[in-house]
Amino acid sequence: MPVTDNPSAQDHIVLSVEHVKKKIGRKWIIEDVTFDVREGEIFGFLGPNGAGKTTTIRMLVDLIKPSSGTIKVCGFDVNKQQEQALSYVGSIVENPEMYTYLTGWENLEHFARMQPGIDRERIQEVVNIVRLDQRIHDKVSTYSLGMRQRLGIAQALLGRPKLLILDEPTNGLDPKGIKELRQFIRELAEDGLAVFVSSHLLSEIQLLCDRVAIISLGRVLAVGEVEELVAANAKYVIWDLEPVEAGKRELTSRQEIEVIEQVDRVLDDTIIAGMGPNAIVTRMEEEDIAGMVLHLVNSGISVQGVHKINPTLEQLFLKMTEGESIE
Amino acid sequence: MNSVLPLIKNETIKIIKKKRFYVILLILLVLVPIFTYAQMRSAEQTRAKFHGDWRLEVQQQITDNENSLGSDRVPEEWKKYRKVLVQQLQYYLDHDINPNEPNGVTFTREFMANSITLFIPLLIMAIASDIVSGERTTGTIKMLLTRPVKRWKVLLSKLVALYMFTSLTVVAAFVITYVISGAFFGYQGFNLPVFTGFQITGSNVDLSAVHAVPQWKYLLMQGGLVWFVSLTVASLAFMVSVLIRSTAASIVVMMAALIAGSILTNMASAWNSAKYLFMVNLDLTDYLSGTPAPIEGMTLGFSLTVLSVWAVAALIISFLVFTRRDILN
Repeated sequence: MPVTDNPSAQDHIVLSVEHVKKKIGRKWIIEDVTFDVREGEIFGFLGPNGAGKTTTIRMLVDLIKPSSGTIKVCGFDVNKQQEQALSYVGSIVENPEMYTYLTGWENLEHFARMQPGIDRERIQEVVNIVRLDQRIHDKVSTYSLGMRQRLGIAQALLGRPKLLILDEPTNGLDPKGIKELRQFIRELAEDGLAVFVSSHLLSEIQLLCDRVAIISLGRVLAVGEVEELVAANAKYVIWDLEPVEAGKRELTSRQEIEVIEQVDRVLDDTIIAGMGPNAIVTRMEEEDIAGMVLHLVNSGISVQGVHKINPTLEQLFLKMTEGESIE
Repeated sequence: MNSVLPLIKNETIKIIKKKRFYVILLILLVLVPIFTYAQMRSAEQTRAKFHGDWRLEVQQQITDNENSLGSDRVPEEWKKYRKVLVQQLQYYLDHDINPNEPNGVTFTREFMANSITLFIPLLIMAIASDIVSGERTTGTIKMLLTRPVKRWKVLLSKLVALYMFTSLTVVAAFVITYVISGAFFGYQGFNLPVFTGFQITGSNVDLSAVHAVPQWKYLLMQGGLVWFVSLTVASLAFMVSVLIRSTAASIVVMMAALIAGSILTNMASAWNSAKYLFMVNLDLTDYLSGTPAPIEGMTLGFSLTVLSVWAVAALIISFLVFTRRDILN
């Protein structure tokens, strides 16, 4: 074991996933997944549909056994010491599916019976936390999706978990609901809960998470602080020049500037859609822009537009996966 | 770490709230009066046909049988059977009971004997086929299995709840049949003598041990056998429910097996090894009433053993699969 430079961080690891692999049939669905989730942080798990997010999450909560590797929650192996490990975990895997023929309260009672030490007061407490007290004695079949989501979270919080796992929690929620959920997750994390959130929406992760693991085709491509990953990302500048050919020659001739030919590999569609037909996309540092504009003008090229692209995780993702099968 | 009892409570609540058991009761409450009415009509018809004194008819039967006892052509064991029959008929005369006049208890006995292979198993499947596959169809299995409880405990709680409701179903079938048919035919008949003690080996019936027991005692023995068959069917349906994700498909599989059983039984099979199939062995009450078994070599003990082996195997498979399987959807 390598000596970690920060032992206190090691102490606060709630979830540790080490070299987890999973083969289903003949296919390796998960090829190598390793990451840690620490106390009090919101950890994003980002990847396109079909990357292995849900399979990984199912392994975290013992719905699927990994082919190799270990998953530990608070030091307990999820597959070997399920009862101890899972007592620290609250989760919603995919949709918050509850018993629709029971009331919200009866559902919570049902799950409370599966774990010692949860009394009426605790059930009432989580009902208040998710603000469902008005409708808690109605049948779940009459609930809206947002209410079911909240009931699912109430269920997940019942056992006072140290780790909360939410799989695509914003799916199907309206913008107001999404905003509320984000606020709610932040409050939970402030109280020391580790929250693991998966999403295929990069903006979602960027808005919510402290750290992120990016997964594609069953492999973790990167793990790190969201801020750092975004900052380390290459910066793109879009030029609108006249005449185009001469401008492009000038840009190409400079060493510090890279002209991107296959634009769709590095930028997402919404940005490409907003570009003019003659736009030139370059990868370059921000401080070189002013000098370059001056140089172009001096060379008799008219600069009709210079557009900085704000770095997003999506670009980072595109760069890392080199544009492979992304949805 | 965690007890199974609260889990059983959960499963019981779910079965009740899902109204599966009410459906069973409802089916019984609708169908039993229909059968009872049909029986009443046929009894009326018989009465109309003989429109005379039933005592004379019974007396005639007794005389016929007593006469045949003196004949050399009648085998010894048949004589024994007829002696018992005469005793039974005499009992009817002495107690002024018309044996052809149906009563609640007799109807219940006959109805249960006819229900053991299809009707009762069908009722049980209303609960059993859904008990695991239903959680998978709705996705609630994910909530259930991500709680800090070992999987075998979850499955055991479901099995115990299923056995409880299976037993309740059997009791309910007896009680409802008795109460409803009693309203038509009267509630007496517990002490009527019924023949039992037949030794059945394949298609031969050994009558040497035949004797009459009061009908309440017969009903108890029959109840035990119906209950045993019901638990076996419940165990098998339980396994199918674990193996097959869709509740509808698991009902179809079980029904197909049961219907195949009744077809095979009627074919009076020359295919001897068919006797090891569970569905051919369900008609346990036949051994009580003395109906010859469909296949050579079948006895009550044999059938009980075959059913037990099938049930235990089903449970082993259920637990092995359920505790190991990846929940992918």
